[in-house]
Amino acid sequence: MNDNDHARSTADAVARRSYGKLVAFIAARSRDVAAAEDALADAFAAALADWPVHGVPRNPEAWLLTTARRKLIDFQRRRQTAKAAEPELERAAELLAPAPDEEGDDMKIPDQRLGLMFACTHPAIEATVRAPLILQTVLGFDAAMIASAFLASPAAMGQRLVRAKTKIKQAGIPLRVPEREELAERLDAVLAAIYAAFAEGWQDPAGTEPARRELAEEALYLARLVTELLPNEPEAFGLLALLLYADARRHARRTQEGDYVPLAEQDTELWDDALIEEAEALLVRASEFRARGRYQLEAALQSAHVNGRRVGSVDWPGLLVLYDALLELSGSPVVAINRALALAHVHGVAAALAFLDALAADTRLADYQPYWAARAELLAQTDARADARAAYERAIGLERDAAVRRFLQRRLAAL
Amino acid sequence: MQYMLLVYTNEKAFQTMAPAQREQAMGAYIAYTESLRKAGVLKSSDRLRPSADGTTVRVENGKSQVLDGPYADTKEQLGGFYIVEVPDLDAALSWAARCPGASHGSVEVRPIWMMGS
Repeated sequence: MNDNDHARSTADAVARRSYGKLVAFIAARSRDVAAAEDALADAFAAALADWPVHGVPRNPEAWLLTTARRKLIDFQRRRQTAKAAEPELERAAELLAPAPDEEGDDMKIPDQRLGLMFACTHPAIEATVRAPLILQTVLGFDAAMIASAFLASPAAMGQRLVRAKTKIKQAGIPLRVPEREELAERLDAVLAAIYAAFAEGWQDPAGTEPARRELAEEALYLARLVTELLPNEPEAFGLLALLLYADARRHARRTQEGDYVPLAEQDTELWDDALIEEAEALLVRASEFRARGRYQLEAALQSAHVNGRRVGSVDWPGLLVLYDALLELSGSPVVAINRALALAHVHGVAAALAFLDALAADTRLADYQPYWAARAELLAQTDARADARAAYERAIGLERDAAVRRFLQRRLAAL
Repeated sequence: MQYMLLVYTNEKAFQTMAPAQREQAMGAYIAYTESLRKAGVLKSSDRLRPSADGTTVRVENGKSQVLDGPYADTKEQLGGFYIVEVPDLDAALSWAARCPGASHGSVEVRPIWMMGS
């Protein structure tokens, strides 16, 4: 491997391992995430020019950090008149002065990514930009990739990300893990953002879009990271367990031909047992805290479904209890709809349909595909063929995924 | 960092309160202001007279338009403000939540535009 390749591969490795840590550390006091990203980008460029010539440094992270900080100071200096720059330069110098545990080559950068994630998911940040913001600042995803994952134009997404980072700086959002009293509530926003990222990655069950697969994997990585950095938060374990249950079924969700396979019909041989065992263990650990929460409940539901398949019979009454508890915590329509399906197994189709009808009366479900799909499945078990047909057609018309559409069409044809 | 806490409440509701209730409400504000002062975070604060006592000026095409009343007709009206100096937004939000106005109206928290930034 020549010097250039060695430099590049080391830089890439450091980027993968440390990008988020470096951004978080540099931005921690200034709250200027955009400046930290720019300075770091310049530092990586400098590394690619310098390392092939002078060799890869013993502590590449430290080298990048020092270089990025110098660039920040240069930037401040050039930007302002001498007088106005004084407080800024003072602050920048404070940043440049080594912290107690930074001694040359052995310096380890403290992991402040959690603080950065809490800043990205602060209530003052617009809800739909939180997951994209974490992906960009903690994982170094580029805006165009994030945009395509979240079905936005790159320009629009880029603008929203800039606005969010400006908000952090101008409104003074701290890059800090909240105090105990607020932690659970604020953590929910972090977990929700990670879940949103995973869900976007999960849109590609056939694994044909490498970008989306990467998204799901990185979301899993973040979920693990949170459990490591916050080892006493049961909801963090709950989320990781939930994602693992989903990821374990990755290879069973589609046939070779790319057809959709619902959980009830999946080949359990294709499930990743190691991931399921890990998820089960996490759920047990979470339950020791005796602090019920929505991710633990969702994971428990997954566990019940998975075990139901393995054992050959699903504990529907048990599932219904879990759905009721989850519905109470999160008024989410998806939860309500799945509850209806469980209800059918316990109290019959009529009861389930009545519940769905009441739900539709309260909330705007006319454009919600899962509602129509559930309604269709239930009606298909009754004599109301015309209604079942109509519901399937609505569901098909609203479904984004071609494989799911084909599945619904087959169900429609089988009526 | 400096923030202005803008207190928006329903004036009519306040005006139609029984005197005892109104006194209690005022007492809550006085206590709140005092706690800001004791914490050393208060830069300034003032109560505003009702929006009906206000006048709005707009200059269009060089002509001054003077209108009776507030800038806009809203369900809640600006009733007063606090300017506080605190380390970050979370500190400002924590103080805003304790403001009596937050319980029967809303408190907007805006960073002050510091010169030179």
